[in-house]
Amino acid sequence: MQTEITDMEHLSQEDQERLAQTGLEVGMQNRCGSFFQIDQDVVQTTCGAEGIEMLPIKIALEKYDWMRDYYWNAVPADADKYTKYVAKQETPQGLVVIAHPGVKVAMPLQACLFLREEAVQHVHNIFIAREDSEIHIISGCASSWQKERGAHIGVTEIYVGKGARVTSTMIHNWGEGISVFPRSATIVEEEGTFLSNYVCMQPVNRVVMYPTARLVGKNAVARFSSIVVATPGSFLDLGSRTILAAEQTSTELISRAITTGGTVISRGHILGEKENTRGHIECKGLILKDGTIHAIPEIEGTLTGTELSHEAAVGKIARHEIEYLMARGLSEDEATATIIRGFLDVKISGLPEVLQRQIDDAIDKAESGF
Amino acid sequence: MLDISDLHVSVDGTEVLHDINLHIGQGETHVLMGPNGSGKSTLLKAIMGFGSYTITSGSIIFKGEDITHMPIHERAHLGMGMMFQHPPAISGLKLGKLLTATSHMDEGVIEALAQSVNMEQFLARDINVGFSGGEMKRSEVLQLKVQQPDYLMLDEPESGVDLENMNLMGKEIAALLEKDIHIINRRRSGLIITHTGYILDYLEADQGHVMISGRIRCHGNAREILRVVKEKGYGECLRCKPR
Repeated sequence: MQTEITDMEHLSQEDQERLAQTGLEVGMQNRCGSFFQIDQDVVQTTCGAEGIEMLPIKIALEKYDWMRDYYWNAVPADADKYTKYVAKQETPQGLVVIAHPGVKVAMPLQACLFLREEAVQHVHNIFIAREDSEIHIISGCASSWQKERGAHIGVTEIYVGKGARVTSTMIHNWGEGISVFPRSATIVEEEGTFLSNYVCMQPVNRVVMYPTARLVGKNAVARFSSIVVATPGSFLDLGSRTILAAEQTSTELISRAITTGGTVISRGHILGEKENTRGHIECKGLILKDGTIHAIPEIEGTLTGTELSHEAAVGKIARHEIEYLMARGLSEDEATATIIRGFLDVKISGLPEVLQRQIDDAIDKAESGF
Repeated sequence: MLDISDLHVSVDGTEVLHDINLHIGQGETHVLMGPNGSGKSTLLKAIMGFGSYTITSGSIIFKGEDITHMPIHERAHLGMGMMFQHPPAISGLKLGKLLTATSHMDEGVIEALAQSVNMEQFLARDINVGFSGGEMKRSEVLQLKVQQPDYLMLDEPESGVDLENMNLMGKEIAALLEKDIHIINRRRSGLIITHTGYILDYLEADQGHVMISGRIRCHGNAREILRVVKEKGYGECLRCKPR
């Protein structure tokens, strides 16, 4: 047993840096709350924001009877072998966040899931934003620099209440031997907004996920953005899905994928099943070195009042774009890096600046590797 | 400033420019005319050093240096600049960011330059994405105002530009070519492709050339060439003996 760690600052310098790359603030600057789980142990839960509760899931289930209504509701326990694995655990681990009605906190709260020694880390998170509340959650997931093999299975259920707004930003920094299976689903009620951002710029063995948002109330909005790089040996099977299950709901699924030798499967699915619904998928891939980018955008409408579209493009950087920038004085390498940086630059409207900066930083740090 | 001798250029293995000789002195502005597809843009791009244009023989001397096989950005650093007729749209790359990256100028200076060509609203926009014809040209002029090249190549600066924008563009291009400075002291040179000659309403050209089927056929006074072409078409130039 290693010395007891109750704070991110107790980790080794190398591991602190790995966490910093996932957007986590070890020193808690610009954060309203923090949750820290190493392997299966919740080592820290602090929250300084009034009207926001952050609890380990085990305690939340004991404290509130109604918690059972949210437990395995958005994500069915028997959805697949990974959810079954998490469901059969005797002691659930993970984070519950409850934003009480009308509470708006612009400062993000962070959840750190750190894989250090165990073979498999399982996590079950539940985020509940009550009516007219607003929360921003940044989840940083990383493995110790010493950890060579392992798996992370994370179930996340998100409930966006009437008029509420939730942004969930996940930045991954796993190792080459780590496999990751996030299973998440979101239910958005009337006038609610859900923004999901995913960034993975570092090597990983395997990430397989297909988060779903179900828009069940009028005027609900969901926007998924993902920015990923597949290095040699990485296999990323990523998707996002929105079900437009109420009138006047809308969604946008945006992805930017780069391969430098790995594989990205970029899926997207929008189902329009109610009147006056809109959805768009934008899926762009850049092959820098031989590798695979497989875009599979799906749009499915079941009645006349839904308008769905998609655009997908996979290719290399256009030569004439590089030469244009060279004519302005940039070297070939500088021009290439500038175009790649632009390609990855997905500005997400409605995202707090501090989170956008975190995403930009993660991209900037990886950029030197191209 | 620029000395091109016996230049032959191929694209995909086919020779498209034959035996080009062109001399542009310091402070001089030359105009290049010729029918569509005659090779005018190709010549500009070959001078700039674009990869699809292979120089099979001949040489390009710029400011006394042989740049025939020099990479594009080094030519730019030497003082060569180009206004593109069809600049690419690059999503995610902000015009303002490109200007800062290429010039290391203060944001304030860049903003003032942008204002001078009514482009301040465009600094935060992705370069050329959804720009109108006039906006694209103004963006090109702004980039050149930041770059301040000693030798400027302009590929049809009038195309797609409305009258109001043409007035602005004409004046800005004249300023880039130091037309406000007396010819004795003028240091900047230019080579302008024009079909209409409208640009000559804003600046004087020292010489004109006509290119037909990849050869420069006529040399002479730019306005006179323009007048002859307007009256008799390019057929008249075929009677010129290539130099």
